[in-house]
Amino acid sequence: MNGPKTSPEVGGIGHRVKRKEDARFIRGQGKYTDDVVLPGMLHMDIVRSPYAYAKIKSINTDAAMAIPGVHAVITGDVLKQYNLHWMPTLMSDTQMVLPTDTVMYQSQEVAAVIADDRYIAADAVEAVEVEYEPMQAVVDPFKAMEPDAPVLRPDKEGKTDNLIWHWETGEREATEKVFQNADVVVKENIYLPRIHVASIETCGCVASFDPAEGKLTVWMTTQAPHAIRTVVALVAGHVGLSEEKIRIIAPDIGGGFGGKVPVYPGYVIAIAASVVIGKPVKWVEDRSENLQADSFARDYHMGVELAANNSGKMEALRIKTIADYGYTDAAANPSKYPAGMFSICTGSYDIKTAFTEMDAYYTNKPPGGVAYRCSFRVTEAVHAIERIVDVLAQKLGRDPAELRMQNFIQPDEFPYQSALGWEYDSGDYPRALKLAMEKIGYDDLRREQVEKRARGELMGIGISSFTEIVGAGPSKDFDILGIKMFDSCEVRIHPTGKAIARFGTKSQGQGHETTYAQILAEELGIPAAHIQVEEGDTDTAPYGLGTYASRSTPTAGAAAAKAAYKVRDKARKIAAHLLEVSEEDLEWEVGKFYVKGSPEQSKTIQDIAFAAYTNHPEGMEAGLEATHYYDPPNMTFPFGSYICVVDIDRKTGVINVRRFVAIDDCGNIINPMILEGQIHGGLTQGLAPAMYEELIYDEQGNILNGNFMDYLLPTAVETPKWETDQTVTPCPHHPLGAKGVAESPTVGAPPAIANAVVDALSHLGVVNMDIPITPFKVWQVLKEKGAAA
Amino acid sequence: MSKHTVTIDINGTTVTKEVDSRMLLVHFLREELQMTGTHIGCDTSSCGACTVLMDGRSVKSCTVYTVQANGRSVKTIEGMESGGALHPLQESFHEEHGLQCGFCTPGMIMRATEFLEKNPNPSEEEIRWGISGNLCRCTGYVNIVKAIQNAAEKMQKEVA
Repeated sequence: MNGPKTSPEVGGIGHRVKRKEDARFIRGQGKYTDDVVLPGMLHMDIVRSPYAYAKIKSINTDAAMAIPGVHAVITGDVLKQYNLHWMPTLMSDTQMVLPTDTVMYQSQEVAAVIADDRYIAADAVEAVEVEYEPMQAVVDPFKAMEPDAPVLRPDKEGKTDNLIWHWETGEREATEKVFQNADVVVKENIYLPRIHVASIETCGCVASFDPAEGKLTVWMTTQAPHAIRTVVALVAGHVGLSEEKIRIIAPDIGGGFGGKVPVYPGYVIAIAASVVIGKPVKWVEDRSENLQADSFARDYHMGVELAANNSGKMEALRIKTIADYGYTDAAANPSKYPAGMFSICTGSYDIKTAFTEMDAYYTNKPPGGVAYRCSFRVTEAVHAIERIVDVLAQKLGRDPAELRMQNFIQPDEFPYQSALGWEYDSGDYPRALKLAMEKIGYDDLRREQVEKRARGELMGIGISSFTEIVGAGPSKDFDILGIKMFDSCEVRIHPTGKAIARFGTKSQGQGHETTYAQILAEELGIPAAHIQVEEGDTDTAPYGLGTYASRSTPTAGAAAAKAAYKVRDKARKIAAHLLEVSEEDLEWEVGKFYVKGSPEQSKTIQDIAFAAYTNHPEGMEAGLEATHYYDPPNMTFPFGSYICVVDIDRKTGVINVRRFVAIDDCGNIINPMILEGQIHGGLTQGLAPAMYEELIYDEQGNILNGNFMDYLLPTAVETPKWETDQTVTPCPHHPLGAKGVAESPTVGAPPAIANAVVDALSHLGVVNMDIPITPFKVWQVLKEKGAAA
Repeated sequence: MSKHTVTIDINGTTVTKEVDSRMLLVHFLREELQMTGTHIGCDTSSCGACTVLMDGRSVKSCTVYTVQANGRSVKTIEGMESGGALHPLQESFHEEHGLQCGFCTPGMIMRATEFLEKNPNPSEEEIRWGISGNLCRCTGYVNIVKAIQNAAEKMQKEVA
């Protein structure tokens, strides 16, 4: 892409426009859910189960109710009176709002207390007496599949085992045949552990039911406010909540990363409490509750096999996954894709034959299966392919960069049909890898590694050349609960030539108020500074499916461009009227229409906007506005190549990430400053699971690190200095040529780090290490191999 | 629950109120004074979103009882602007794109305020250690570090 088309004053695409939203955040004037205070508002706190699997014998609320300031204690039996004790999940499973007889995981909601303030509510939580009869929990999907395992979901009619679903795609027999005849086959079992998005703001809501109007307003930490409104209407329609009387407001959100897509029981209880008590009810969870009960990510046990010929050409890929979903499938995937976009697992390589299958199991762990900053299970798929490619390189004695180059889908092969059914839109994989190798000085590093090995020092270089699939998605295949995954923009131009634009998405830090304004500035010529962007209020914004899976720029960003084109169509008519020429005689350039061959005769968008309200042609409607619901024709396929260099201390196993170069290609770039920021953050959320994060459970299903003292998020000290750069391969089907970027680094970084550590230890015979790769794990390996200092 | 009368200088204004002995300073600021710029991100003093200055020292206000602040001065993000002008740290966080969701930002700025007071000309490494009690999940810290460096330069110039 060449430089920006617009002037810095207009601030269209390609400018490093400083963020509009910062003005309130740097002053402490952001408005997050917990900042909402309403007259008469009550506080809710939740009683949680100490057991992972137990019968509830009794719940005694007398002592809690006796505390002054306590208004109600809500149990499953109370909700059952309204048939609200269970709710559907987004994946057509069912989830308890509050249990009536059994708890299914540690820290599950058991009862809720409503009180005057949060201190009284916390006291009352302690005073609720619950008698449990603990049962042996099943916390491992391999135990859940044993024939004598207890059936965890007897509530599901006819259920005799713990299998939730089996999913497969590709050609089983053809793949088997290639594997049988292959020169070389490599296989590794790779586990991606359970982790948590841990946005710094936890989840919560303020539910306010107005009995006079019969209207429910809920401020909540949600990435998808419109979908939530429809879900509430579907779940609570039978108690009189009808969709026009439900208003969901997602105010400022302190990070989402997929964890704020699901509907958690706490939201539903707070809504029910507000409706029953007739007062606003606030619920904001603690960090420990957030880590212990809200949706997890990953937890995939993958058996990954790659077949190749002796010259290194990859011929077939096969992956069998056992997935642990906790006690219900409460993932947030498009309906037709129970395993999300896992079938992107053939990655950046021309692999003609592939088969992948997955069995999902119930266990006594919290439900979830959200993305942790990735598009529906893409991280799992990318980790599988990028690790196994290195295993193949090691087996063949080939350089991993060279083996990747040999097998890449070539730039002239796009659009490319993958073996598992995707049409990759565009890419130039060799260019990205070459640039990464140049930036990091790959050949010199390999020479250094040889010298260091000779001296007994441990140094490794790891590559990841990933391909993502984002921007869900085309309506023929993509829906959530039947609602197609389009997204929307409504733009209104005011008489003075300024604008307001509203969207169906919801920023959680991505900077939409700035980037969407830049898109509209690009297409209309109205300065971005004069375009007010709003999201998150279902009473005002057009319907959309929200922000997750890097879908905002591919869907709502495209909708903004399309809405701008509609505005321009009308503007052209008005300009023709003002200039007394025919529409065909007019040419558009940023911000104005001019007469072909006579550029001095022109009308700016501001002139036209004023005329739309003051002097519009006879027979034309007044005003200048448009709405567009954008249905993407395909997914977008961002890609990149990352190279990581690590040094390992033989005495302690400590891994030092010496350098990390990330080359990303997300098509055309809206705002380079915001893009770099997104990549820095995504890389850090790739580092985190690679080296630090894992939710750990014991055999009774007790979580061992459900708070921030024990669940380690990288601080500024653990985080290396990221080196970033981009190539630009425009998306051919998006109006702006853009693809979406914020999750590429989370997806691409973990295998680069894992590959670097394994590379440092490969001469000792190490072939695979599961993440998080901690110093203790490395030290154990060094000790086992007799290489610890 | 016993009540105590506290008098605290909050951002230059003296506030006298009766509070429960167990009320945390962060709740006092957010719920009694409606100063919601100070945020709550955890329950173990790990994240630093609630950082404020007490007598000039950065403290995690989720781990301070309001009564402990009695007779002291407390400075929060709301007190950083002076005479309508942003503090150099506020400016630099904006200029260097040192924030995304904005939730950790007030705590980061308050921590950086004390840090730069003690170390007006820090190295990158010192900044990273200096903010290691504050978690950010969005930025990867790169631009936060740059923002603090940039602010340090501005403040040095102001002094000179």
